[in-house]
Amino acid sequence: MIDAGLPPRLERIGNKLNGPNTLGNSRAFWLAFAVGMVVMAAYPLIRGSYAAGQFSLFLAYGLLALSLSLIWGYTGILSFGQVAFFGIAGYTYAIVSLNLGGPLGQTVALPVAVAAATLSAFVLGYFMFYGGVQDVYVAILTLVVTLVLETFMAQTAGSEWSIGTVALGGFNGIPGIRNFALGVEGASLTLSGSGFYWFVLGVLLLAYLGARVLVNSKYGYALVAIREDAERTAMLGYNVKKVKLAVFTLSGALAGFGGVLYATWGNYMDPSVFSLVFATIPIVWVTLGGRESLLGAIVGTIIIERLRLWFSVNASEFAIVFVGVILMTTVLLLPRGILPGIRDTYVFFSEHGVREGLERGRVTVQTRIRTLLQSVGVDVSEPETPPSSEVVRE
Amino acid sequence: MTSGFGATSMLTPLIIGDVLGALDSIGVPVGQLLQMADSIAFIILAAIGLTVIFGMMGVINLAHGEFIMMGAYITTLSVNVLAVPLPVAMILGALGTAAFGAIVERTIVRRLYGRLLDSMIVTFGLGLILTQGTRIIFGNSLQSIGTPFGNVPGYTYSAYRVLLLLAAVAVLGGAYLVFTRTEFGIKARATIQDAETARSMGVDTDRMYTVTFAIGSGLAGLTGALYAPSATIVPGMGQSFLVESFVTVVTGGSTVLLGTTLAGGVLGTIDAIFSNLYGNFIGQIALLITAIIVIRLLPDGLTGLAHTVRDKLGERQ
Repeated sequence: MIDAGLPPRLERIGNKLNGPNTLGNSRAFWLAFAVGMVVMAAYPLIRGSYAAGQFSLFLAYGLLALSLSLIWGYTGILSFGQVAFFGIAGYTYAIVSLNLGGPLGQTVALPVAVAAATLSAFVLGYFMFYGGVQDVYVAILTLVVTLVLETFMAQTAGSEWSIGTVALGGFNGIPGIRNFALGVEGASLTLSGSGFYWFVLGVLLLAYLGARVLVNSKYGYALVAIREDAERTAMLGYNVKKVKLAVFTLSGALAGFGGVLYATWGNYMDPSVFSLVFATIPIVWVTLGGRESLLGAIVGTIIIERLRLWFSVNASEFAIVFVGVILMTTVLLLPRGILPGIRDTYVFFSEHGVREGLERGRVTVQTRIRTLLQSVGVDVSEPETPPSSEVVRE
Repeated sequence: MTSGFGATSMLTPLIIGDVLGALDSIGVPVGQLLQMADSIAFIILAAIGLTVIFGMMGVINLAHGEFIMMGAYITTLSVNVLAVPLPVAMILGALGTAAFGAIVERTIVRRLYGRLLDSMIVTFGLGLILTQGTRIIFGNSLQSIGTPFGNVPGYTYSAYRVLLLLAAVAVLGGAYLVFTRTEFGIKARATIQDAETARSMGVDTDRMYTVTFAIGSGLAGLTGALYAPSATIVPGMGQSFLVESFVTVVTGGSTVLLGTTLAGGVLGTIDAIFSNLYGNFIGQIALLITAIIVIRLLPDGLTGLAHTVRDKLGERQ
C-alpha cells in the first residue's frame, strides 16, 4: 500500500495499482520504478537514436510478454498462440496500410490490425473454452494453430496469393512496410528512432499499468481463482468460460498491438513469426522473468533479447541451444522466475538474518545437489540427515 | 519400377503387387486405398510414442518430434557409418532413443510430475537443444539411405510405404500386448491408476515411470527409424510429425491404444482425402478442424464416444 501523505486522488490511483496479485506494492518499489522509467526514457539521449531504435523492438516484444503473463501467469492457460495473434496483426497491418497507402492508411490499419488479432483470439478462444478444451489441450491446440499458420503463410509465394495490391510473398513475406505513422495526409506524425522508442515505451507503460489495475481488481481475483482451481471458482458462481474467453481475447489484442509495432519496426512481415522457435520465445521470456509477475515478464524479455542479440552476432548457431538451456534450467531450478526469486530471497533474508539465512541456503543447496546426483544413480552417502529446509515464501 | 535390388527384396513387392492386382481386378479402388493406408500409417506412427507417454503418465513430451528425429539419425548413421544392415540399424535407432528417454525421465521429467505445463515447457526446451545440437554436430542434413523394395509393381507407390502400414499395425498390436498381457504392463497400469496403492503392493513405481517413458521414447525412435529410409534426414525433421501427432492426441482422448487407433483411422482417412484433392496444407487444416469439431462435440475425444457406445450397448443387453 502507498503510505499516507499523498494527495487523495493519487492515493486512489495507487490503491487500484496495488494489491496482492502484483509484486512490488511498496513505496520503495514505486520509487525504484520511477527511477527506472526515467533511465529508460533517457536511454535514447545517452545511447543515440540508432540504439534506441534497436531497443524499441524489445519493448514491442514486452507487449507480447505481457499478454502471455496475463493469460498464462495469472489465468493459468498456457497459450503457444500469442505469436499467432502477434503475426496476424502484423500481416493485417501490412496488407491494409500498403493497400490504402499514406499516413491515413496507416492510421486506419492500426485499429483494423488489432481488431483482426482480437477477433482471431475470440474465435479460437470461443471454440476452445466453450468446447471444454482444458489444460494441455489448450497448449497443444494453440501450438497446432500457430504451426498451421506458418505452413499456410509459407506457401503463399504465388501471385494468386495477393490481397489488393499486396502479395503475401510466401517465405519472403511482405517487405516495404513503412515506419509507424499516425494522422492524415499533410498533418501526420511519422515515428522512427528515438521517437518510435518513446512511443513504444509509453504504450508498454500504459499496458503495464493497465494490466496491474486489471489483475488487482475483482476481475483479477477471478483470474487467479481460475488458475488455482477452475472448478471451485465455477462453484462460487463465476462464469469461468466467459472469463477465460475475455482474458484470452484481451491478451490476443495486446499481442496484436505488439505485432503492429513489430511490423513497423522491421518494415517487413514473414512467416517466421509463426515458427516453432518464435512460438517458444515468449514462453522463455515469461518463464525467466517470472510468469506471475507482469514486470518480470517484461524484464525477462529484455534480458533474453539482449542475450539473443549478443549470440546472433557472436555465436549464432548456439542461440537456440542457449534459449533451450535457459528454459530448462529456469523451470527446474527457479520455477517462479527471476523477479519473484529476488523477492523471495529478500523476504527470506529479512526474516532470518544474513548469517542464519546463508547457513540454511547452504544446506538447501547441498540437499538439492544430493538428490540430483542420486537421481542419476550416483550414490552419495549421507553422514547425517540434514534438516529439511525449504525456501520460505511470503 | 523395381530394378537393381536383390531377389529377396523383390519378393515382398511382388507379393503385394499380386494381392493388389487381384483386388483391383474385382473393382476395389486400390490407388485411393494405398493413399489412405499411407496416411493412416503415418498418423499412427507419428502419434504412438506421444500417446503412450501422455496416456500412461499424463506428461506431454514436446520433444516428441526430436525423439523421432533422433531415431532417424541413429538409424541413418548406423547404416552410413557402421554399415550395419537396415533392420539392425532400425532396432538400434529405437533402442538408442529409448535409452535416451530413460535418462531424460530420470534426470528431468521425474522432478515435474504434477506440474504438467512445466514438464511441457522443459521438454520443449530439450527439443530446441536437440534440434540445434544435431545441426551443430552433424550439419544441415545427412545422406539419405534410400528406400528399399522399390515400387509396387503396376503402381507408382513405394512398396516400403505399404509395409509401413503393416508396421503401424504391428506396433499397435505389440503395445497392446505389452500393456495388457505382461506383468510389466499390469504393474505399469496399476501405477498409473493409483501410484500409492501400487507402491504398497510392492510395485516399484519409480521404475514403472522410467520404463513407460522409455517405451514411449523408443516408439518415437522406432517411428523415426521406420521413416528414415524415405524421409529427408534433417535436424528439423521432427517438426513434420508434430501437427499430426498432437492432433491425434487431442482427438483420440484418454485411452491410449484405442484412441490412437480410432483417431489414426479417422484422421488418416480425412488427411488422405483432403491432401489428395487440395494439397498438404489443406490436409493439415482439415485435421485441425476435425480435431476442433471432435473436441467441441466429444470432450473426452473418440475414446469417450467409444465408451459411451459400449455403455449404451451394455444397457440394452
